[in-house]
Amino acid sequence: MNMPDAMTASPQAGMEDPAARAYFSAKQREQWRRRTLPVLGLFGLVFLWWAVVAGLDVKPFIAPSPQLVVATMINKWPVLWQNVIPTAIEAVGGFMLGNFAAILLATVFVHNKAIQEAFFPIAVMINTIPVVAKAPILVLLMGNGMEPKITIAALICFFPTLVNMVRGLEAVNPQSMELMRVLSASKSEVYFKLRVYNSLPYLFSALRIATSTSVIGAVVGEWIGSTRGIGALIIQATYSFDSALLYSAVIMSSFLAGGFFLLITLIERIVVKWQPASAP
Amino acid sequence: MGIAAAAQAKESLATPADSRNPAVEGTAITCRNVSVRFFTDQRSVTALSEINLDVDRGELLTLLGPSGCGKSTLLRAVADLVTPSTGEIRVHGSAAPAARRRRDIGFVFQDPALLPWRTALQNVELPLEVADGAKHKGNATPRELLELVGLKGWESSFPHELSGGMRQRVSIARALVSDPKILLMDEPFGALDEITRDRLNEELRRVWRDTGKTILFVTHSIYEAAYLGQRVLMLAANPGRVREIVPVRLPETRTLDIRETPDFVALAAYLRRVLENC
Repeated sequence: MNMPDAMTASPQAGMEDPAARAYFSAKQREQWRRRTLPVLGLFGLVFLWWAVVAGLDVKPFIAPSPQLVVATMINKWPVLWQNVIPTAIEAVGGFMLGNFAAILLATVFVHNKAIQEAFFPIAVMINTIPVVAKAPILVLLMGNGMEPKITIAALICFFPTLVNMVRGLEAVNPQSMELMRVLSASKSEVYFKLRVYNSLPYLFSALRIATSTSVIGAVVGEWIGSTRGIGALIIQATYSFDSALLYSAVIMSSFLAGGFFLLITLIERIVVKWQPASAP
Repeated sequence: MGIAAAAQAKESLATPADSRNPAVEGTAITCRNVSVRFFTDQRSVTALSEINLDVDRGELLTLLGPSGCGKSTLLRAVADLVTPSTGEIRVHGSAAPAARRRRDIGFVFQDPALLPWRTALQNVELPLEVADGAKHKGNATPRELLELVGLKGWESSFPHELSGGMRQRVSIARALVSDPKILLMDEPFGALDEITRDRLNEELRRVWRDTGKTILFVTHSIYEAAYLGQRVLMLAANPGRVREIVPVRLPETRTLDIRETPDFVALAAYLRRVLENC
């Protein structure tokens, strides 16, 4: 039997066929639509914002107009940039620390059920404490530097990654496990050849969440006693009724989280090339 | 009428002499009083009861029986995936766990269980990378094995790019890569469409003749059991036990057309009658 049981069709073969041409041009229009509509939506929202501020004559210390925010972002760019750097360091530091700890603990849990049963409930309990409540405790413990902010960002990333990673490491196809047993594979071979790969799609869906939550953690940490960072800038701008600076700072933090998200998505595309059996 | 007709059918099958491969001597698998019990919250289930079986080296034995008769359990016990509650299983002279560690056993599951992040070739190579696998490398390279199962040119395809039949071919190549003495197949073609299944049945006979492996093949299908096997081991359920071992007296070179011959039809009818009384 030479020909395997698969159908092969060349994508170019049907180009003379009018039905195929219609199909491909419809697909192209669809793609164009999907790219333009979000941009139009954004412009619409900004227009609405401008209309409300201008039409109702809202005072600049209550809410700024879009033009004013754009002007502030250009004029005060050095200040914004100087403050986004420490926040980015804290968020990325917390992201790495929290996720690393979660991956490590998930590995321990998968290999030792007793430890999992003893400590998983504690992890759940710590997770139930709101970040804003954890933050002051950590600032008292660690002072005013970057350490408490990194810790808060780490704590906030930790839990979703732990849960997803444990699930990803455990949700291995049972027949793959039996195969490894027939092959007399050791626990570490099962871990590195099977579990780790199996967990990657789960891990990345947790990391994508962690990109924005780590920035939230860093900003909340900066609210409680800090002179630098986007969080500190937000507090200062609020107290001095500088709404344009406040909005600029908020937009900066959103850019930071968005850029971080894109980076992780890009890494995921490079690392996870296969099609997961079941999307987590 | 039932018994008389069955006896007659059995008689008419006795054409050539014993068809088992004479080239390889000795016993591949021995089961002595093997019982397997499972425990659930409420009760214990006897999956297999007092199984006695000898499988010759180089034999192709098919296991047929109603669902829940323990055919998969028997296969799993031979592969040391299930430990018998009582009794003994010996594979090429040693206990099942030792045989597993020695890579005497290749297993093909119903689900091909390919690793989705590995290409076809990398999937076939997996057994060589795990637990001293390199030591058990057979004469055929992973590439040659893919060619043997008809997948030349598909080496770098990922499982999601292959059809169900092609995935199962990869898993057969993977089972062969450590050059095991015994191939255990647990309904490997059960999830495939009939045309693909027929084609793979034909190819499995060819692979078996080319490699001379001992093969235990579990199936639900009477036709598959009769077409593939040199003997058909029929199991009865509740508890799982050997009902009958039916020799298949058909020519060794079999094409799918053989299923239309009177001998085959009579054999299939006989197997069906035994199955109905299991």
